[in-house]
Amino acid sequence: MDELVFFINRGVISGLITGCVYALGGVGITLIFGTMRFAHFAHGDMMTMGAFISFLIAGALSAMGVVLPIPLAFAIMPISMALTAVAALGIERSFYAPLRDRGAKPVTMLIASIGVTLMIQGLIRLIFGSGTRDFFGGTEVKEIFRIPTTMFGGTRPIVLTEPQVLMFIATAIAVIGVHLFLSRSRLGKAMRAMADNADLAQVSGINTKMVITVTWLLGGALASMAGTMLSLDVNLRPDLAFNIILPIVAAAVVGGLGSAYGAIVGGLLIGFTEALAVFNWTAVLRPLQPYLPFDLPANLAVVPTEYKITVAFVILVVTLLVRPTGIFKGAST
Amino acid sequence: MSALAPLLKAYRAPILSVLVALMVVVLNLWMGTPFTVRLLAEATAYGLIALGLNIQFGYGGLFNFGVMGFVMLGGFASVFISFPRNEAFWVSDGPMLLGRALVAFLAGVLLVWGARKLPLTGLVRNVAIVLAWIVAYIAYRTQIDPAAAYIEATTGWVGGLGLYPVLGWLFGGLLAGVVAFFVGKIALGLRTDYLAIATIGISEIIRALIKNMDWLTRGTQTVSPVPWPTPLPQQLQAWGYTITDSFIYGRLAFLAMSGALLVIAFFLVHRAYRGPWGRMMRAIRDNFIASGSMGKNVKSRQVEIFVFGSALMGIGGAILVSFNQILDPSGYQPINHTFLIWVMVILGGAGNNLGVLLGALMIYIVFIVSDPVAQFVLLNLSGFTEQIGWGAIPEIDSRSLQMRVFVVGLVIWLTLRFAPRGLLPEVVRRDA
Repeated sequence: MDELVFFINRGVISGLITGCVYALGGVGITLIFGTMRFAHFAHGDMMTMGAFISFLIAGALSAMGVVLPIPLAFAIMPISMALTAVAALGIERSFYAPLRDRGAKPVTMLIASIGVTLMIQGLIRLIFGSGTRDFFGGTEVKEIFRIPTTMFGGTRPIVLTEPQVLMFIATAIAVIGVHLFLSRSRLGKAMRAMADNADLAQVSGINTKMVITVTWLLGGALASMAGTMLSLDVNLRPDLAFNIILPIVAAAVVGGLGSAYGAIVGGLLIGFTEALAVFNWTAVLRPLQPYLPFDLPANLAVVPTEYKITVAFVILVVTLLVRPTGIFKGAST
Repeated sequence: MSALAPLLKAYRAPILSVLVALMVVVLNLWMGTPFTVRLLAEATAYGLIALGLNIQFGYGGLFNFGVMGFVMLGGFASVFISFPRNEAFWVSDGPMLLGRALVAFLAGVLLVWGARKLPLTGLVRNVAIVLAWIVAYIAYRTQIDPAAAYIEATTGWVGGLGLYPVLGWLFGGLLAGVVAFFVGKIALGLRTDYLAIATIGISEIIRALIKNMDWLTRGTQTVSPVPWPTPLPQQLQAWGYTITDSFIYGRLAFLAMSGALLVIAFFLVHRAYRGPWGRMMRAIRDNFIASGSMGKNVKSRQVEIFVFGSALMGIGGAILVSFNQILDPSGYQPINHTFLIWVMVILGGAGNNLGVLLGALMIYIVFIVSDPVAQFVLLNLSGFTEQIGWGAIPEIDSRSLQMRVFVVGLVIWLTLRFAPRGLLPEVVRRDA
């Protein structure tokens, strides 16, 4: 039983958290790809930017002595999301729109988005320095929930921290919100139409400029959320998102580029696979030791932790080779 | 001004060359000759890397955002060939254990290859291939893990071979080329943006490997001093040169060596561009469907160009490590070793070799100089904020270093916006 608890604590929960972050990031990438047909490499840094905006607001509030029952980072998330959304739109208007107006190909936009990545990263490092920061450095402490498992015969509790619980709730709300927006609202339907066939959408009288604007606002808001959550789970670094761009693009591709639902599934899939790949299976398999013909090694992970980044990459490449359209090919988004 | 415009256009190349030469002269006056020679030696290495990317992107239209990976491979090769031998390793059980790991690796390759060749179809075949992969992976891991642990515990690492450094440079090209062949086989069928993300992934994996394979590369403990092909400045000092002179002449000798390689590479690449091979590459780049229907084997041609380009990157990376005498896996950043190269190629003019070379030199100077300039600006700004009572700006050193990241990003965007074909655009001769 304790092995199962260990598995839940170390494998399932951590997989779920990274999965949530990847899903939110992936939805942004996939929506932007759907409407503008280029892979937005700067998305990872938009996430970092959102995290730093949250950090600034939360820091300012806690310096003013504001104490709330939930961590400040969650309380101010809507503000940070709004600010990041506006910043994303600003980036679009000042950097991407001029290129698109000149008739730049998606490939040029891709290179431009790398330029934007570097500019955002440079500015963040210039302003905040390159050190590591922690949301919980000050007076706030992570509240920890221990769910006892004695009734199932376990001795160790399932451990969840308060931010983790809030993260699941926030992600669920965001996913439902995105779903309602895409399936019920006029703009959401227009966005899906544009992802299916941009030219057809335009001749049918859909205001494509408006759709692009909304895509950036939505992408920016979700990026801020994902970035804040990621920095709550680990810590806040300027290069936070540079390592995460590969998994979130992988999430979008695995789900099928352009499909928001696909990105959510893809994000969770990649989050879980990563967590289980670096998970030390010896701890779980130890009760079986008497029945095994060989000694279990001290550390039996499918992939050593240092090579975690290979997991997302292998999933990405295998998807591209086996089923390049992703899981949700043919879905209406 | 309007009368000057056509003149400017016609003499772009000489004007740009003179401008870059002026930059070098000003730099020489400002920072001193030893610094300038050092910068030029590093710039030749970057020039080789940029030529490599120019082949891939300029000639072939391939999006390789994994330049850093091939540069690192070259750096490792340089260390492996030229670093003095670690005799303790060769007399230990290490070689035998590594040999067994190699056998397990080859057996795994054979197994996967065999599974692919089995006369099976559909689901059964896929299951067989996946099973073969799993068995091969487990077999390899059971051999390599104890071997690595043993070597790290007893002799530290494998060490080098103690051969002449230029051989290391060439081996760097070879190693990068071989890896590029397999990468290309897998990834080159992908669409442009997929290829871009796939190559980013590959370079991150190569970085993770070189950083963590302590038994082979010493990982984050770094390897130094890597020998030079020419006498070191310290050696010259022992021969009676003054300190300044020793640095100038020592680095000049190195520069002559790396510069010679650059000239040879430039000549070959340029000849290839003018020849039928280059024409075919441009045809594939501009319309691969049409060139495919003309009987060109698009995929294998692209693999070819990917291999050649990556080999040049490997050589450049090897020269960089040789020159700086240290292999530090943590020092490799995508910004310094991938995106910087992209800026050189885009700004110089993708497809124009001279433009790319000038772009490489120019951007490298800007990249190096942007640090002291940013420092200067920040120091003044700090003085100003102090005067108006906001206090000084903390950590100016590390912050001004970060300015580079911003500058590189801004140059990428400005180029795309205002000179999308670069300062010296590709010239396509229609008459030849």
